[in-house]
Amino acid sequence: MESTTSSFKSNARVALSDDQLQRALSGLPGGLVAQRARARAALPEFEMLRDVGKDIRDAALENLDAYLEIYEQNATAAGAQIHWARDADEARNAILKICKGVDAKLVTKGKSMLTEEIGLNGYLESQGLEVAETDLGEYIIQIRGETPSHIIAPSIHVTQDQVEADFREKHTHLNEDRVLTEPHQLVDEARKVLREKYIRADVGITGANFLIAETGSSIIVTNEGNGDLTQSLAKVHVVVASIDKVVPTLEDVTSLLRLLARSATGQEFSTYTTFSTGPKRDADPDGPEAYHVILLDNGRSEMLAGEMREVLRCIRCGACMNHCPVYNAVGGHAYGWVYPGPIGSVLTPALIGVKDAGHLPNASTFCGRCEQVCPMKIPLPKLMRHHREAEFDAADTPWQQRMGLKVWASFAKRPRLYHLASRFAIAGLSALSFGRGAFKRLPLAGGWVRDRDFPAPQKRTFQQLWSESKAGLER
Amino acid sequence: MSAREAILGKIRKGLAEGPPEADRRRAAAHHIAQPSRHPIPERVAGRDPDALKALFKQHLEGQAATVLEIETMDDVPDVVSSYLRDHNLPQRVRVGADPRLGNAPWQTVPALEVQSGRADPTDEVGVSHAAAGVAETGTLIMTSGADNPVTLNFVPETHIVVVSARDLVGPYEDAFAAVRDTFGAGQMPRTVNMISGPSRTGDIGGRIVMGAHGPRRMCVVIVNDTAPAERLPA
Repeated sequence: MESTTSSFKSNARVALSDDQLQRALSGLPGGLVAQRARARAALPEFEMLRDVGKDIRDAALENLDAYLEIYEQNATAAGAQIHWARDADEARNAILKICKGVDAKLVTKGKSMLTEEIGLNGYLESQGLEVAETDLGEYIIQIRGETPSHIIAPSIHVTQDQVEADFREKHTHLNEDRVLTEPHQLVDEARKVLREKYIRADVGITGANFLIAETGSSIIVTNEGNGDLTQSLAKVHVVVASIDKVVPTLEDVTSLLRLLARSATGQEFSTYTTFSTGPKRDADPDGPEAYHVILLDNGRSEMLAGEMREVLRCIRCGACMNHCPVYNAVGGHAYGWVYPGPIGSVLTPALIGVKDAGHLPNASTFCGRCEQVCPMKIPLPKLMRHHREAEFDAADTPWQQRMGLKVWASFAKRPRLYHLASRFAIAGLSALSFGRGAFKRLPLAGGWVRDRDFPAPQKRTFQQLWSESKAGLER
Repeated sequence: MSAREAILGKIRKGLAEGPPEADRRRAAAHHIAQPSRHPIPERVAGRDPDALKALFKQHLEGQAATVLEIETMDDVPDVVSSYLRDHNLPQRVRVGADPRLGNAPWQTVPALEVQSGRADPTDEVGVSHAAAGVAETGTLIMTSGADNPVTLNFVPETHIVVVSARDLVGPYEDAFAAVRDTFGAGQMPRTVNMISGPSRTGDIGGRIVMGAHGPRRMCVVIVNDTAPAERLPA
């Protein structure tokens, strides 16, 4: 997928003044936050299970080469064909070859962020294939020509009225006078349109929430059942998974599944969790005749060595973005690449480079909610700070900012000088406020005071107040 | 160098600061041979069968499924027929080749038409037999095979699932232990579906709508005392 991450600032500005988007964002992420809180409250072990989950993922990553080999061996024994791919090109070529091999015309797809990452739809279409997204949210954005703005609710930025308009424009074979005012009418229409695709499809492509080394299985989690129709009705099932998805045993994956739905949608468990192992067996009356797994690296192996390894624990629940004040204000598209929200601010610079994605880790208030809710306890703010440091070291930040930071640092490193200077600054600002309590205008801070007031300091610094009260206590 | 060797090489380089490769292999092999059991939720720990059944029902009903109880497998045709009547559905069902369902006395309800095999796009009602039911979250475990076509779980608009009360377990782990017993350690059927109610979506304005792609409605029939043992498959 092409990145517009380098223009995050202008993307964000546009998003903030987009009324339609702001309406769409006003309810949903907040609703998911409340549902997660309810699910967490209903499972007293939830916090303890986060530690268990973190340990499971850490142990899997520590022995990743060994588990991948065991996974490959067991999957192959069950009849899977494994294709290792270093990058997007290799993955796309492998998938195209599989499609050509069965002379495919129509490909159905379950939801997969990894296929967004490798720009699969556009590539297959350029090779003359028809590609049908089957997750309802993905279908909506496909017909709108957009990309997902949330990793589990891809069309979260689209309002119901927009969906109605899109369906009327796209489904011209249906009666113009039909009523589409209720969500269930829209869902029914999509159901009918996509049913025909499942049945006609030659190849069904899904992602994978996990791969299991013990059994050689891939797992998908959905509420709609679209991934199941995609993989059961097509002749060929292709799974696209990144190398970090492997988990050792059924017990391990079970513990992770206890965290996934609760963190994502706030459900106790998603409606469908499906384990797929190999193609259909000889006596099976249905299921795909061939089962391929694309094992894609695309930059993950390079994250294993340092601090960034912690990001690979991610199980893609989306809780971090639901709880993020920045995501809630600008939506997912402003982030400019596949993964929005706090996880995107950490993963995107790691995958496409700090040079292009340096704005993302800077667009954070460091409120820390993302780390607080992450089921895998990924220290997202710490890792954003890591990117900021890398950006500073690489001299990718503007000179004004670098100069400002250097001036700040020279004071911060000298506490006496710092206290003296802040005493003057505070007293000066306090005097300038003429007792009004807040500034509506400030030189060099026009951006800040445009949308909010800047509280005027109350004459003395915290340090001064602290030593006075301490002196008072001691007396 | 093949992509496989290149990727594994980069992974090994990334892991170089940790234990040596031979130790990693040993650790992985050991963990898989002796899977560690993680903590299971208190809500199902050490509960008696009645408590598990109550929890299983409560969760499934909360997830918009209908749950019915019958005494023996002989009651299946009746309960299926009356459920269809109550929902104004045609008296026609698609059933897999599961002998537990195949041996039910379908002929006692002549109005009910029973077809066998994989689901056809025109089928409106599918009836399958679950391998287990998990009380923890009201989740059915369906294993695909010659007896239980996976399409029955997703293609028809109405899905009726029969589960034996004896196969109700507390945590997911117990259900997978049963799957391991049936298929052998490390072995899985082509598909294991964990199903917790009818299909749904929240993709339009965040409102939950049932019947996104899979079944619109789901009925779970718990058989409290399965038919005489000789009827069960070996």
